[in-house]
Amino acid sequence: MIWVDTVVQGVLLGGLYALFAAGLSLVFGIMRLVNLAHGDMIVAAAFLILLLVQGLGLNPFLAALLAAPAMFAFGWLLQRFILNRVLGKDILPPLLVTFGLSVALQNGMLEAFSADSRRIPIGPLESASVSLGGITVGVMPLLTFGSAVAVIVVLNQIFYRTALGRAFRATSDDPVTASLMGINPRGIFAMATGLAMVVVTIAALYLGMRSNFDPSIGPARLIYAFEAVIIGGLGSLWGTLAGGIIIGVAQTLGAAINPEWQILAGHIAFLVVLVIRPRGLFPRALD
Amino acid sequence: MEKGQRMKIVTRTRAGTITGLMVVVLVLAGLALPAVAPRSLIQDLFFILTMLSLAQVWNLLAGYGGLVSVGQQAFVGIGAYAMFAMVILFGWDPVPAVLVGGVAAVILAVPTAFFAFRLQGAYFAIGTWVIAEVTRLLVAQWKALGGGTGTSLPREATSDIMGVELIRTLFDVREAAARDILAYWLALILTVCIIGGIYWLLKNRLGLALAAVRDNTEAARSVGIDTTRLKWAVFLIAAFATGLIGALIYVQTARISPDAAFSLTDWTAYVIFIVVIGGIGTLEGPIIGVIVFFVLQSALSDYGAWYLLTLGLLAIAVMLFAPKGLWGLIAARTGLRLFPVQRRLVGHDINGGK
Amino acid sequence: MLLQTHGLTASYGQFKALFGIDLAVAKGECLAIIGANGAGKTTLLRSITGVLRNAPGMVMHRGEAIGDLPADRVMQRGIAMVPEGRKLFPSLSVEENLLIGGQVRGGSGPWGLEAIYDLFPILRERRRSPGTALSGGQQQMVAIGRALMSNPDLLLCDEISLGLAPVVIRDIYAALPRIRASGMAVVIVEQDIARALSVADRVVCMMEGRITLEGTPAQLNRAQIHAAYFGEAA
Repeated sequence: MIWVDTVVQGVLLGGLYALFAAGLSLVFGIMRLVNLAHGDMIVAAAFLILLLVQGLGLNPFLAALLAAPAMFAFGWLLQRFILNRVLGKDILPPLLVTFGLSVALQNGMLEAFSADSRRIPIGPLESASVSLGGITVGVMPLLTFGSAVAVIVVLNQIFYRTALGRAFRATSDDPVTASLMGINPRGIFAMATGLAMVVVTIAALYLGMRSNFDPSIGPARLIYAFEAVIIGGLGSLWGTLAGGIIIGVAQTLGAAINPEWQILAGHIAFLVVLVIRPRGLFPRALD
Repeated sequence: MEKGQRMKIVTRTRAGTITGLMVVVLVLAGLALPAVAPRSLIQDLFFILTMLSLAQVWNLLAGYGGLVSVGQQAFVGIGAYAMFAMVILFGWDPVPAVLVGGVAAVILAVPTAFFAFRLQGAYFAIGTWVIAEVTRLLVAQWKALGGGTGTSLPREATSDIMGVELIRTLFDVREAAARDILAYWLALILTVCIIGGIYWLLKNRLGLALAAVRDNTEAARSVGIDTTRLKWAVFLIAAFATGLIGALIYVQTARISPDAAFSLTDWTAYVIFIVVIGGIGTLEGPIIGVIVFFVLQSALSDYGAWYLLTLGLLAIAVMLFAPKGLWGLIAARTGLRLFPVQRRLVGHDINGGK
Repeated sequence: MLLQTHGLTASYGQFKALFGIDLAVAKGECLAIIGANGAGKTTLLRSITGVLRNAPGMVMHRGEAIGDLPADRVMQRGIAMVPEGRKLFPSLSVEENLLIGGQVRGGSGPWGLEAIYDLFPILRERRRSPGTALSGGQQQMVAIGRALMSNPDLLLCDEISLGLAPVVIRDIYAALPRIRASGMAVVIVEQDIARALSVADRVVCMMEGRITLEGTPAQLNRAQIHAAYFGEAA
């Protein structure tokens, strides 16, 4: 039974990783941009939520609701005025710009908030748990997983049911032809990054409520997110959830054997999938 | 086409020839420097030289090979740990053990390339990073070398490194200073070898093949360039050099821990900033970059995180407004080429035909 | 004049592709541009649509300078393009491909989904399929329909018969009168001279980036066209 419990915890942890990954996957899917500062942006959003919670005494969920439009604006401006200028055939400039951004963000946060560990306070919810057929699971992990599923459902609805999603897919296929349809690809890219930052805000909310965070933990979140995306297969959000679950289960299993192996086990699961299925578990037919 | 015989392809420029002479003078002066320079200057120069070497190697990878690795700290770390292992476990002298560091890096580079080359484009970058993390976590399990907390080179190993006795008598300095001088000399030689080696590679077949691949992968493949083999070759060469540098750095520091030896900031972030700010895809760029980097570090290191914040923003600004870096600006103004690797057709006016 | 170009030039790096093109398209007119491969026909369309940017005054639309506008803004003014090679969006179904054509600028005009399905009934049957699953001719129909969806006042068609079987080409050209009946001007770039002469009000022949001949099909004889097309006496 202890093993079943471990696996369930891992699956739920995977929900958190899928939240980390969804924004990364979205941006890569539409403009083939890998944002190396993605993890640091999650941490920055967590600090923003924390500031709202502490400064205005808001409930964390309400604070995230306020933070989301601010993060959308940040993403939109970042794409519009910086990243769009370096997007092109050469992959080097956008990678180096986002890398510079990652280092700048980390150190900016270090100056602003110090290296101390923080946590978004949520009161009794933090330790609340429910019993599911003999297994006790925390309410928070359950909520995280549910939110991950909800985020993916909503993103898929946007992608496949709305005019904006149609423009996303068309621009991803062929930006020049999209512009002949009256669509401004740069505007679409800015919308996509803005939307990714809204997802980042949701990820940040759960990151901050479930565990301690400090300015240095962004890169590790980026790596988990990246692993989930690759395991799932580029362009498939449900695949990304599966990827997150695989990383989560590997980590909790690894930790059950030896606490020092938690992180390592996740990475090794990733490498194993990379060898067996280089294009991920659910690759999109195209590309 | 009777004029054709008098045309030839050259890479030599006048500035290039002058550079060659200057390099010889500089190296000789550099070797003699410890006779007059204080220990702090030698340490600074050691730092500059090792960072310059790392930057040149990363530039070969990313700037010439198009392989944007964010995981070079894996090779610094494994090189350093291999050196420590030879010294602590087998009682080797640290100096020959540096070579083992290079070999160990190549051995690690094989599985790294195997995994990372499966990832396309930008994802390659994060792939190399994952491997570096895995290596760090594995090395932290190596209890004989201090596990997660690290260890130091034993006293008896550092006291009789080959050549240190000689340097002590030569310059009349204490043992620790003599060790710094030895490390500095090795760094100087290594730097010259690395820059010279990359220059030589670029001037020869590899350079031509790399240029072809960089310009157009498909076309390069169609004229018979094996792009996969080329990528492997560049990656392994870079790993070997990075492993050597890593081992040498830790001969000088004499104390190691997984977090320090596999530091993304120290061995990859700084290096990327040096190359980007100086000018990616040129041999001159990293030299300019390392000077800017050192000046900034000396001026801002007291301000802690502000320093890295500035570097990060500076790198973004350079990519936006001067993607060829500071050297690109200089070269555009002056047409200067210190390390000419471009092939130019000389002879009669080639526009005169028809 | 609906559209005019004044001394339009274009180059790809060092290579000059257009040398001062002066072209005029009247409202409701059908103009055919003919010429061999590399004559600059596609470059001309790319310059008009804003895929290649120019000096503002080089392209005028309804009396306003649009030469420096990006492609999306040009399209929003009512200039729609059927690009060479169809360029359907592979991630979009047939219907979505059509819808995206009218997404930014649709509005008032005769062309909507139903009108397109009436024009090309096969598309109604295939509307759920991915655009790229269709045959070449059907894909061309989607590409034309997609451009019509924005109810443009000028439709530019780049090599719509390229790579298609003659019977398919005939079906596609059969739709042209109905398209013109809605009052829009049409510019077709075509390598098939006979086809171009049979549908166009006016023909422009290009060679090596220049206009070498211009006139109505009735005015031009075979020898003139041959000379303008190949640059030699017939």
